[in-house]
This record gives sequence, C-alpha cells and structure tokens, in this order.
Amino acid sequence: MVIFGIDLVLLISALMISATPVLLAAIGEAVVEKSGVLNLGVEGMMITGAVIGFIFAVNTQIPIYGFVCAAIAGALLSVLFAVLTQYIMSNQVATGLGLTMVGLGLSALIGKPYEGIKSPTVSKIEIPILSDIPILGPMIFSHDAVVYFSVILVATVAFVISKTRIGLVLRAVGENQEAAHALGYKVVRIRFLAIMFGGATAGIGGAYISLARVPQWTEGMTAGAGWIALALVVFASWKPWRVLLGAYLFGGITVLQLNLQAIGVAIPVEILSMSPYLVTIVVLVGISLFGHHTAPGSLARPFHASQ
Amino acid sequence: MAEVLLQMDGISKSFPGVKANDKVSFQINSGEIHALLGENGAGKSTLVKMIYGLMQPDSGSMKLGSENFRPSEPSKARQSGIAMVFQHFSLFDALNVAENIALGMENPPKMSDLSEKIETVSKSYGLPLDPKRLVGQLSAGERQRVEIIRCLLQNPKLLIMDEPTSVLTPNEVKTLFETLLRLKEEGKSILYISHKLEEIREICDFATILRNGEKVGSCIPRDTSAKQIGEMMVGKSFSSPSRKTRVFGEELLKVSNLSIRTKDFFGTSLSDINFSVRVGEIFGIGGVAGNGQDELLSALSGEEKTSPSTIKIFNQPIGKLAPDERRAIGMRAAPEERLGHAAAPAMTLIENTLITSHSEDVIDQWGIIKFDNVKEKTRNIVSEFDVRTPTLDNAAASLSGGNLQKFVIGREILQRPRVFVVNQPTWGVDAAAAAFIRQSILNLASNDSAVVVISQDLDELFEICDTFSVLTNGRMSKSHDIRSLSSEDVGLLMGGSDLDLKNRDKA
Repeated sequence: MVIFGIDLVLLISALMISATPVLLAAIGEAVVEKSGVLNLGVEGMMITGAVIGFIFAVNTQIPIYGFVCAAIAGALLSVLFAVLTQYIMSNQVATGLGLTMVGLGLSALIGKPYEGIKSPTVSKIEIPILSDIPILGPMIFSHDAVVYFSVILVATVAFVISKTRIGLVLRAVGENQEAAHALGYKVVRIRFLAIMFGGATAGIGGAYISLARVPQWTEGMTAGAGWIALALVVFASWKPWRVLLGAYLFGGITVLQLNLQAIGVAIPVEILSMSPYLVTIVVLVGISLFGHHTAPGSLARPFHASQ
Repeated sequence: MAEVLLQMDGISKSFPGVKANDKVSFQINSGEIHALLGENGAGKSTLVKMIYGLMQPDSGSMKLGSENFRPSEPSKARQSGIAMVFQHFSLFDALNVAENIALGMENPPKMSDLSEKIETVSKSYGLPLDPKRLVGQLSAGERQRVEIIRCLLQNPKLLIMDEPTSVLTPNEVKTLFETLLRLKEEGKSILYISHKLEEIREICDFATILRNGEKVGSCIPRDTSAKQIGEMMVGKSFSSPSRKTRVFGEELLKVSNLSIRTKDFFGTSLSDINFSVRVGEIFGIGGVAGNGQDELLSALSGEEKTSPSTIKIFNQPIGKLAPDERRAIGMRAAPEERLGHAAAPAMTLIENTLITSHSEDVIDQWGIIKFDNVKEKTRNIVSEFDVRTPTLDNAAASLSGGNLQKFVIGREILQRPRVFVVNQPTWGVDAAAAAFIRQSILNLASNDSAVVVISQDLDELFEICDTFSVLTNGRMSKSHDIRSLSSEDVGLLMGGSDLDLKNRDKA
C-alpha cells in the first residue's frame, strides 16, 4: 500500500519500532506520576538501561538478558531517587535532574569500551495466523518481543489503574496523600514501588534503543527520548492508552520525516523534533484555560507522615 | 445500665516538647453519644488518632468490649469495628463516590455490588448519594455523607466524628443529627468531638472534657449550662465580650455599585453591592459561605481591583489600589483561610508579621529589613493577643488554628487600621479565643475605626455588630440596625426576601 510515494506498511511498522523506547519509558513515568511523584530522571534511567543492556547482551550474546539487566539497572538507579525524595525529602525536581546527569555521565564512563561493537540481533516473532493477514500482518504482527511487550504493558497498566484495588490505592495516594495516609495506606512504600517500576520500564526502553533500534552503543544515544517521554505523560493527561497514542504519534515522527525526505518534501528536522514539546505546551495551556484538570492532586508534593 | 464498649485507661502520649495526653481515662458505653470536649490543642485529636490506630499510646491501655485493644494501624482498628469521619475530609476529589468509599473499607466488594450497596444504605439513612459522581463536585454536606456512608458500610460499633458540623449549613446539621440519633437507636456508639457547646448539649449523652492533655472533668451536657462546660474547658471563667455604646461618626467606608464577575469556576459573582460604614461602627454581613463572601473580601482587601469610585474611604476613591497601598492608608483585611491566605504556612511568625507591616516601620532607607523592629512587633502581637507558641521563630503552620487566628487578627488590629475587614474571625476557634477576638474587634471600633465582619455565625454577628445585612447569591440585602431585627427577620433576609422588610420599615 503506497500513498504519495510512502509505503504505509513499512511506515507503520517502522513507527512502532521507533516509538517503543519512548512508550516504555512514558508508561512507567505515568505510573510514577499517578502515585504523586515527578521523576525527571527518565533520560538518565534510559541511558543507563541502554548501556547496561548492551553490555550484558554483548557479553552473553542473549538479548533477553540485556533487557532484564537493563530493567534492574534502571530500577536500581530509581531507588537512589526514591530514597532521596521519599526518605530524605529532597526536592523532586532537582533530584530528578541530578539523576539524568548521573545517568548520562555514568553510562558514558562504563560504555567506553563497548563503542563500535554490534549487538546480538533481537529476533522477530511472527505471530501465527495474524502475521499472515495481508497488510495488517507485516504492519503490526511481525515485530520483536519487546514491541508486543510494550503494548501489553500499556494494556496491563490501563487495566490495573482503572479496574483493580492496587490501582485505586495508587491513584488515591497520588491524588491526596494526607487523606490516603489518614486511611492507613503506606504512602511512601507505594510511591517507592511505583518509582522502581518507572525505573525498570525506562531501563528496558533505553536498552531497546541500543539493542534493537540502532543497534550499537554510542554515548548519549537516547538523545532526549526521556524528555519526550515526560512530555508525553502530560500530553496523555496521565491516561495509559493516550500515552500509547502519543508515543506512536510523536515517536513515529522521525520515521515520517525520513520518508518525507525520501520523496522530496523537506521539513526541517528541528521542527519535527520540537513538535512533542510544542503540543505538550498547547495541552497544558488547554488544561489551564478550560479547567479540565487531570493532574494527580499531590504531584511532586513532598510527603512526611508526621501528622 | 448499658455495657461498656470502649475503656480508656491512663492513656499518655508525648511528642518532642509537648505532652499531648496525660493519663486520660474514660469509657464509652454502647448506644451512647459521647462528647470529647476541649480547646484547640487540648489533645482531642491525638487521643482519637490512638483509638483509630494512626498513633500508639506511650503508656496506658484500651479495652474494646472485654478485650485488650491497641491497633497498630487504621485497618486493625477498622477490623475491630472502629470507624472515623475526619475533620478535614479524607476524600479524593478526582475519584468518584464509590471509589472513595472502597478506599476506606477493609474488604470492599466488587465495584458494581458496592455501588448498589451505597445506594441502598444511603437511601435508608436519608443521605442520598450517587455512587458515580466525582467527589470534587459535591457540596460540603454531601462530602460528609460520603464519609459517613463509608463508615456505615463497615457496620462499626464505634463511630468517631471529628468536628463534623464545622462545614455544614444549619439544614445539613439537622440531617446529620437525625442520622446520629438513628445510629444510637441501633446500639452504635458515637464519639463526638466538637467545641460547639450548644450542639453537644443538644445531642450528646455524656461529655469528657480535656484541657492541656489531661482529663479535667465530665458531665451530662443536657444538665449543664454551656457556660459551665465552657469554663471547664478553659479552666477559668471568661467573660463574654462587653459592648459599650458607641457614637458613630462620619461615613468612613463607602461601597457603591460594586459588581465583580468571579474568575473562579466555583465562585460567586457579586452584583451591585452598596453599603457604608461609619466611624466607630461594626457592620456585620451574614449568610452561608459561598454566596460571595470571599469575592467581597478580596474586593475590599485590594486583591481584586475594581473601578476606583466603587470603594471610597473618606470620599477618596480607592478601588484601583493594591493591598499594600490600601494598608498604607489604613485599610486592612483578614481573610477566612488562615493558612496560605492570611499567613504563609512555612514562614515564621516574625516573617509573617513582616509581610503586612508598613514598610517604613520595618525596612530602612537601604532596603534592609530591620529585624529588631519586626521581632518587637511580633513579640507584641504574641503577648497582647495571648498567642501560644514556643518561639517567635515557629512556622505559622505549626500553630493550632485558634492560636494562628489570634496571631493573624492581632497582627492587623495592632496596626490600628482605620478600616478593618474580617471574614469568619472565629472560625474553628475555641470559645475563650473567640471571646477574646470579638472583644478586640469591639475595642478597635471604639477607637474610631470602621469594621466589617463577614461571618456565618449569626450569634457572633448579633454579639458584636451594630448594623446587619445578608449576602445571598452575590447580592446584598438592605442594611438594618441589628437591634431592630428578630431571628425571623434574619431568616427572611437570608432567604433573599428584602422587600417584605422594607415595607415593614415604612409602615
């Protein structure tokens, strides 16, 4: 299926791959923010996941080990954030920014010996029957496991948040921390776990860049994907399925831009890479103009169980 | 003789620097409405938090029925049949009624079953609730219903209510009392915390009185006068404010044709407000909160600017002046919300004194703060208004509500404003502090100031005001000499029927 010289099947298939890192990081950050914590360290956790995932995948030659270790590394780095902000009550914004700096520096340091090496290939899984459907099959059902995992993760998060007790408690803690505490919920513990979940998914997202999308290690290779993830959470009004929509819209913009260049329409790459932030600003303005306020009520507010 | 449900025996609890409870003992019988009384900071909340498992006593024991009881967390207390309705509602605005209720239950049923149950229970108690509605859209009374239903669904033996009526309209209070009496008939016990003595006399069977963390007495409220109970709470007799007859001077503050469109989604627009206050006069504005009180205060304080001539002081138009410019010419305001509006919560008392002081008093010609002066001023406020605080460097948020209110009012009154506007001067303040605040407002007026008191508390307005009008739905009634009004007249005014009174005045 070719429209205006762009193969739609290839475009959408490439778009899903291109969006997956941002999608993974954003869905984790959405959970973190739903619990009332703002972790600006997504970029740092992604790049750490990227380098750790790459190192383990190269040394074992088994990509899945890379992803698992990336998740652990991302979660460990987020524990640092969690301890600082939840127990020592440090400022969340400053600590998150610091986490990004730490991640960028640390990954550059430990990734040095691995530059220029190729990572083992992450194999595609052709889903039986579904992948044989014309057009849709090659478009959606012949990807690697991580792409499927990211979509399943969105579905799971959406279900857990809206339909289960754990999700209800998570929302309650993010919405009104004092009230949740008064009812006897462990605000700090719940947030701690949410932060670790966000760290793990950001780690996997980072590893997907170094293992599947590029696939090699270069310093600073996440190139702002973590910031796009943060912007997406706001754009999505903290709703999981909208995170997916947003990720596919913006994560795929790079792909479209390449295609557009190929057929001779030159849109400056800077404008395209600006677009997620521009749209986020528009959404924020919309929120304050029309008063449709969906941000978690206790977002980024420190909590201490002294009362 | 009814059986004992909860026995408190020698309960003590200390925090760094404070003994919140000291060997408190009392018992609650089954089917009893038991009042826990005391001034702000007397230790009521701490005691209740221990029953509900939010805190654990340092020493002493509790018995529920015949068993030892020492809940380590709220869920344990809930399992034992204790339920609590919080003073500042423990609700989640962005969640719906059913979700809010599920969060306060130990083993909530499936959402669809729960919704059904909520509807049945809420209907049977005459507290209708729609489980699907977002709590953020409910009125104060409806929000409290959510809390009560949440408690009732657990079938508690003991229901704790912390200051349940402070945010309710008179009608909502009536409904609440009917519910409480019904629960009592069903054999449930209620621990009722309040400092509204008349309410306690109306509904409670027994009262335990705390002062400075100790139990100082108990009584049967029906057989004890409000004055006696009040004196037990305070530990000394206090006099109700005395008003001297004042002679009113010339017109000081004049508000004419004041209309404001509110920017707040939940606010009320003001339309065509007219009134004037003379030197030495206290002008009272009654009405249920949310009828434009906040908007009127911000127009008078200068937070909301209007066209210049709508507000005049001694015929000088000031509608366009900012709050600090109004303070400079002697017009001061004390808003209702103590924390965050009248005072900056995280700042010390000294800093909070600084922010509304005349700048020439506290800042030298180089722009440096004269901290010695500010400290002196703060010390003055604290001593003259009996603000109880460990040091002047304590954060405003660390003071109890009554103490902070005394501080905020004192801060403005000691600057001797010519015009003073205050919204809910004694909201959430205990009787002694309230009497003190009212007396200082009366004294201010005798010193040739004009005062505007906005309050929901009609008794308060009748106690101190000279002139009275009502704010309903952003419109203000004609003003009347308060001594000429009966309580029926006030009811008519609050219903918005100005005309009838006008006719009577003519007749």
